[in-house]
Amino acid sequence: MTGHEVSVRLTVDGTEHALELDPRVSVLDALRDELAVMSVKKGCDHGQCGACTVIVDGRRILSCLALAASYDGADVTTAAGLGAVEELGAMQQAFVDRDALQCGYCTPGQVCSAVAMLEEARAGMPSHVSADVTDTEVELTDAEVRERMSGNLCRCGAYVNIVAAIQDVAHQDVAHQDGGAA
Amino acid sequence: MTTLDTRPTTPTPTPTPTPTPTPTEATPDARDRTRVDAPAKATGTAPYAYEQPVDEPLHLFPLVATIARGTITAVDDAQARALPGVRLVLTHANAPRIRVRTDAPLSILQSSEIHHRGQLIGAVVADSPHVAREAAGLVRISYDEQPAELGFEIDDPRATEPRRVNAFKHGTHERGDTDAGLARGTLVEAVYSLPMEFHNPIEPHAVTAIWHDASAFNPRATRLTMYDTNQGTGGLGALVAPVLGLLPSQIDVISPYVGGSFGTKGWPHPHLVLVAMAAKLLAGRPVKYAMTRQQMFRTTGHRPASAQRIRLSVEADGRLVAIDHQSWAPSSRLKSYVDQTVSPTRMMYDVAHLRTIHHAVVQDTAPGSFMRAPGEFSGMFALETALDEAAHAVGVDPIELRVRNEPVRDPETGKPWSTRNLVACLRAGAEQFGWDERQPVGTQRDGEWLVGVGVASATYPNQYFVPNRAGIRFTGGRYVVELQASDIGTGAWTILPQIAADALGVPVDLVDADIGRTGLAWAMPAGGSAGTYSWGDAIIAAAAKFRRRHGDSPAEGAHETATGRMPRGSRGYSRHAFGAHFAQARVSTVTGEVRVDRMLGVFAAGRIINPRTARSQLIGGMTMGLSAALHEEAHLDERFGHVVNGDLAGYHVAAHADIGDLEVVCLEEHDPWFGATGAKGIGELGIVGVPAAIGNAIFRASGTRLRDLPFTPDRLLDAWG
Repeated sequence: MTGHEVSVRLTVDGTEHALELDPRVSVLDALRDELAVMSVKKGCDHGQCGACTVIVDGRRILSCLALAASYDGADVTTAAGLGAVEELGAMQQAFVDRDALQCGYCTPGQVCSAVAMLEEARAGMPSHVSADVTDTEVELTDAEVRERMSGNLCRCGAYVNIVAAIQDVAHQDVAHQDGGAA
Repeated sequence: MTTLDTRPTTPTPTPTPTPTPTPTEATPDARDRTRVDAPAKATGTAPYAYEQPVDEPLHLFPLVATIARGTITAVDDAQARALPGVRLVLTHANAPRIRVRTDAPLSILQSSEIHHRGQLIGAVVADSPHVAREAAGLVRISYDEQPAELGFEIDDPRATEPRRVNAFKHGTHERGDTDAGLARGTLVEAVYSLPMEFHNPIEPHAVTAIWHDASAFNPRATRLTMYDTNQGTGGLGALVAPVLGLLPSQIDVISPYVGGSFGTKGWPHPHLVLVAMAAKLLAGRPVKYAMTRQQMFRTTGHRPASAQRIRLSVEADGRLVAIDHQSWAPSSRLKSYVDQTVSPTRMMYDVAHLRTIHHAVVQDTAPGSFMRAPGEFSGMFALETALDEAAHAVGVDPIELRVRNEPVRDPETGKPWSTRNLVACLRAGAEQFGWDERQPVGTQRDGEWLVGVGVASATYPNQYFVPNRAGIRFTGGRYVVELQASDIGTGAWTILPQIAADALGVPVDLVDADIGRTGLAWAMPAGGSAGTYSWGDAIIAAAAKFRRRHGDSPAEGAHETATGRMPRGSRGYSRHAFGAHFAQARVSTVTGEVRVDRMLGVFAAGRIINPRTARSQLIGGMTMGLSAALHEEAHLDERFGHVVNGDLAGYHVAAHADIGDLEVVCLEEHDPWFGATGAKGIGELGIVGVPAAIGNAIFRASGTRLRDLPFTPDRLLDAWG
């Protein structure tokens, strides 16, 4: 205790938490070191690798670059909130089916990023490789998926299989009204 | 489909014919098994080292040297000690004494001497990671700095010729009359270079240590628990325990999930000693340390840079006459490490006249270490590029040139090949990739892009050095295969039960694995691509013993352990895996950027235990090879001894957008001289030769020959003037 704690409320995978935190604590460190939520990973702590990607209020963020004090009241979804071992989410199942992981350490971030990325594409958000940035109908080519997923590094080299898994989900004709349920 | 089954029947080795195999069908396969740990990993619930639950942990942040050579003259830790929450400041002044030395870099905090910048010289332990880090920043260290030797060059006058290099390879090998051979035919001479590279698994090194002093009167009752991330738990017992005054049996290592390694977690690094020392001084409290990405560029090894010169002569028909291949590389003064860079040149092709020499230049840097395919990766970049240069010099197709230099026996040792299907890989790949549609150099254009294809061979040797043990247990109606193996993303959790199930004659769904911790049968670390076939021998031996002793209806708790040894007579064969890489690259005439549209790897790597995980691992190797070809480059500051671009913002590894269409074909093969599984190693084979295939594609696209990795745009723009 340094005597400068800040009060932060976080909802993580549906569970509410009230925390007193050192103001230097990131969302990532709050999850891992304070709440023992280990389904979010630390790979670089500098926003360079994407392993810490979580979904906050429907958008993917790099939790290592987010100060917890700035996220008071946020609703955080990690990979553990997208499914369970016995009841995988659609994206997780696609990763398993496509062998889209090896060591598995970047995987929770890849899964969270992919789920939110599909929502971004459905919402018509363009990317660097979109031919027409004003076009609200995004055609998710492999090039689009690769570009939009490039914030998530995989050192084992599962990229080819990750793109295939994401395309499997993108082509599943399912309703996504609850966002993040994939 | 031709299955090559040459099971050993006699201890006397005889040459084995190697009929041309056919590609494995991509249709449903009984060997195909979904990765068993994938659901836990996809939900983030597989516990890696830092994530193992412990009670009331303390947190460590290291102190590191900021000079390359010299001594510490003073440590002022008053401010750090005064910070609330600080429990310990550890330096050479108060560190436990080391009485038994093992690996030199592990003997930390024993004196004021600095061997390299970034050396671990102390630590702060505090109640929270933030306080530990803040306090570490408050420790003031004064130095007496001495001049350091940093930087090396080809033909470096300081260079020495080591007698042995990594993997027990000879430093020098010569045969025939190389100088006379080089005077015949067409001479190709060039210098190739690779930068210092770092493994960069996405999971940084992390460890939690708990020192349990059971009795002040009985030090042998002490136990040390280490939740670690490693390629094998045995290294801590063998190398770390003695340094800490413990017997190997006093360390309990738990490492079920490892977030990538590529060599960096294959050998214990000094942070393990640092954290254990802190745990000893704070006995009873868990001490946690998660290395920062920046710290990973200091004390966890790297692929040393290399500068290589190749001189080769080739006849008009593409037959090689002579090769002179020499490598210069830096080696740390603290601990010698030299990649076996020129060793593949000794066995790849039928060359009568050969000179291969490793040269090492002592440096005041942290030691290098093995990184995915050490030696083969660096040396085959140079050799396979030089062969492409030779092919273009005499007007012979690069595939035909390789085929015309196919050796009947290993030209280095004279031994017959256990299996060698390089030509089959080249032929099958050429057909599938569309090699016949290649265009003449510099003629294929797509807008601003020049397009071309390239080919290179791959090889990786057998690395089966020691016998392993494995256990089979029957409990709860299920079998458990037990050994100190490690799954670093390779698929061991998935395929070791497959090997056991085959050997026991039961469905694989009845077999579990227990790996990744001490207290199990001893097995070598996951390294040298040798895990599957060498562990496999032990598993097969244990299964046979189990069935012999317990029959087909074993009692609850039945258990047997057995030793697996390399096949009798295998030393009479030259044992290597082979492959061929094909790449299509495009080069921007505007920016000099290189993109790789597609790659195909065709491999003859023995029996494939599980085509799903094998394909992923080979594609992973190709991806890392592409990354090295186009992006990876650590810059050592030769004034100060540190890596300037020591994180993932500065040290670029391939991202999603860099990777196009990659595909893998595995030829049917069974090599009994690697082991009873018939499998060879695949973890490293996939990366070998990739930069050469891409560089050769760049040449066909643009007519520009690049010989220095990585192939960044500036290299092409410089070449074009």
